Amino acid sequence: MSDNLDALSRALPRLLDGLLITLELSAGGALLAFVVAVGLGLMARLDNILLRGIARTVIEFFRGTSLLVQLFFLFFVLPLPPMNIELPAVVVGVLGLGLNYGAYGAEVVRGSINAVPAGQWEAATALSLSPAQRLRRVIFPQAWALMIPSLNNLLIQLIKGTAVVYLITIVDLTAVFNDLRQETRDVFFTYSLALVVYFAIAYAFSGLMTLLERRAKHRLGQSGRAVGARGAIA
Amino acid sequence: MIDNSPWNWDHVWAALPDMLRTFVTVTLLVTIIGSVIAAVLGLLLELLRRSVPRPVAGVLTFVMNFIRMTPLVVQLLFIYFAFTSIDPLIIGIVVFGVHYATFMAEVYRAGIDSVPPGQWEASTALSMSPGRTWAAVIVPQAVRATAPALGNYVISMFKETPFLATIAVIDMLGAAQAYGGSHFRYIEVITVAGVLFLIASYPTSLLVNRLEKRLAFA
Amino acid sequence: MPSPESTHTGAIRLDDGHVPAIRFDRVTKRFGDHTVLDGLDFVVRKGDRVTLIGPSGSGKTTILRLVMTLEELSDGYIFVDGQPLTHELRGGKRVALKEEHRNEMRKRIGMVFQQFNLFPNMTVLENIIEAPVHVLHQSKAEATRRAHELLEQVGLPDKADAHPSSLSGGQQQRVAIARALAMEPEILLLDEVTSALDPEVVGEVLNILRDVAKNTDVTMLIVTHEMQFARDVSNRVLMFDGGRIVEEGAPDDIFTAPQEPRTKEFLSAVL
Repeated sequence: MSDNLDALSRALPRLLDGLLITLELSAGGALLAFVVAVGLGLMARLDNILLRGIARTVIEFFRGTSLLVQLFFLFFVLPLPPMNIELPAVVVGVLGLGLNYGAYGAEVVRGSINAVPAGQWEAATALSLSPAQRLRRVIFPQAWALMIPSLNNLLIQLIKGTAVVYLITIVDLTAVFNDLRQETRDVFFTYSLALVVYFAIAYAFSGLMTLLERRAKHRLGQSGRAVGARGAIA
Repeated sequence: MIDNSPWNWDHVWAALPDMLRTFVTVTLLVTIIGSVIAAVLGLLLELLRRSVPRPVAGVLTFVMNFIRMTPLVVQLLFIYFAFTSIDPLIIGIVVFGVHYATFMAEVYRAGIDSVPPGQWEASTALSMSPGRTWAAVIVPQAVRATAPALGNYVISMFKETPFLATIAVIDMLGAAQAYGGSHFRYIEVITVAGVLFLIASYPTSLLVNRLEKRLAFA
Repeated sequence: MPSPESTHTGAIRLDDGHVPAIRFDRVTKRFGDHTVLDGLDFVVRKGDRVTLIGPSGSGKTTILRLVMTLEELSDGYIFVDGQPLTHELRGGKRVALKEEHRNEMRKRIGMVFQQFNLFPNMTVLENIIEAPVHVLHQSKAEATRRAHELLEQVGLPDKADAHPSSLSGGQQQRVAIARALAMEPEILLLDEVTSALDPEVVGEVLNILRDVAKNTDVTMLIVTHEMQFARDVSNRVLMFDGGRIVEEGAPDDIFTAPQEPRTKEFLSAVL
């Protein structure tokens, strides 16, 4: 055990670097995903059939193909002719994560906006608010409170998804733990620790999202307490 | 001899056989068996969670959340290196199954909670035993609500099969990678891989949507 | 154990040697801080058709739910057919009875709910035969035969293979009545069974219940807002308020000449 701890303390700088990379990918990916989600989600609701079609196609494309395919494409194919775009690996990571989970997020955004009661739309229109004002001031704030739990789930998926980027040569947390495993030869120790760290990250981000949800619901004047239901086997 | 043309169909035909073979022997296999494990184990876990004393249920919930919220990749690596004597394909199937079972348990939880309390009361009024109530009244209604969610997780699992590359299992994308690496031609194989994923998952998700509408009782 | 029973208001009801179908003995029910029933005593005789009236929150539905063991007693005892339902006094201590005993007692009691609560994953026939087959261990053939009889009685002879979702509210409630009757209960509890129905179909359900009252001697405990129905079917009406019996008597007496001010107040608002 003490050998393990020695190896761990020696590896600490690398671990912190890996952690930083993972956090960068998580936060960067999440922000991009949110922007993409809102953009595509709103676009998918437009009346213009062309724009709506484009949004739907993009959404289905990124949802229908695997994250890894998208990452590989961005990493291996993009640098080749005729596109010749070579991006740093971390950028590829953020881009792939953002686009992939953004597409899933678009569905959540679209669904949440649809879930805002029709009466709200009607009241806003009756007050002569422009469509943009209606969306910004009335609809989206309500939809925001509804979409946070699902976005929270997607955020956790995204954080888990960062673990795969070591296949496109990013030295993230998983890559560092892989090395640590080889050094300590203790599978249980290294990977348990890895899982605990990822769990902590997911838990922390989740906590943030819950705070956001509470704040959003508070702004809407809702207490947000869920009603318990039966189900215990008596 | 590096091929510099923008697109060369020869590479598609050359890579396709291996890609299709691995698609069936690895990608589909892991997805199907993994999904069955996830669906069954998930239900067992949720029923177990509701029938054990509170503290035990709390521990079980924590463990399930832990598995659910941590990367599949790290779990694959963990089990793979811990049990080096077992075939990595089997390890992949088991880890996928257990990982997604925790998701399915959450879906079952919501499904069971969505069965109106009146159903329980009517069963009590008819003196039905709890076991019979679960089997004949509650689970059938709960499962109906969960079938579409199961469908969506099957599709998710399908798209995560490339993660098996981390434990040296060559799935369809792995075969594409292998070809790409050895011929220095990625564009065709990655694109074909993407197309294959799309062909398989898009119609399936449409079917799942249709299923969701058909299964509503009212 | 025949003995003179007194109701809460003090009007003596001699038990004339017969065991009451239901007896509430100092029944108390609390929900958190809120006490709904406080030391309630009353008696329902075999074959009685008792209607409980009163404002919401007065405890009427709670009484039904306690008899059906859907709620747990906070204190006191309920006796069905002379036997303790869920608790008894043993050696000076109040003891909770075992689940097997409660199961046996429950089989004698049936309930029809405001929200019907039919099982949507089963056909009408399957709904009706489910409990007779699995609880009373009747043969499927016998239960099916009886189910068809009951469907005939409730006026839905050709709906055996229909799904509840394809039936109207009134039809669903009639199936629910058939389902409850299939268990041949000694006591039938009716909890606002027409409150969730469109006014047009209330009549068809009440007519079925009138027939049940006329053609069987099942003891009925009814909570309803349908005053005409209460008058037609009941032989006793109990006015509840705040968990206590304010007034009781024969329907004609209560409805035409209520004595207590609370009763007068309530009836003038609803009639």
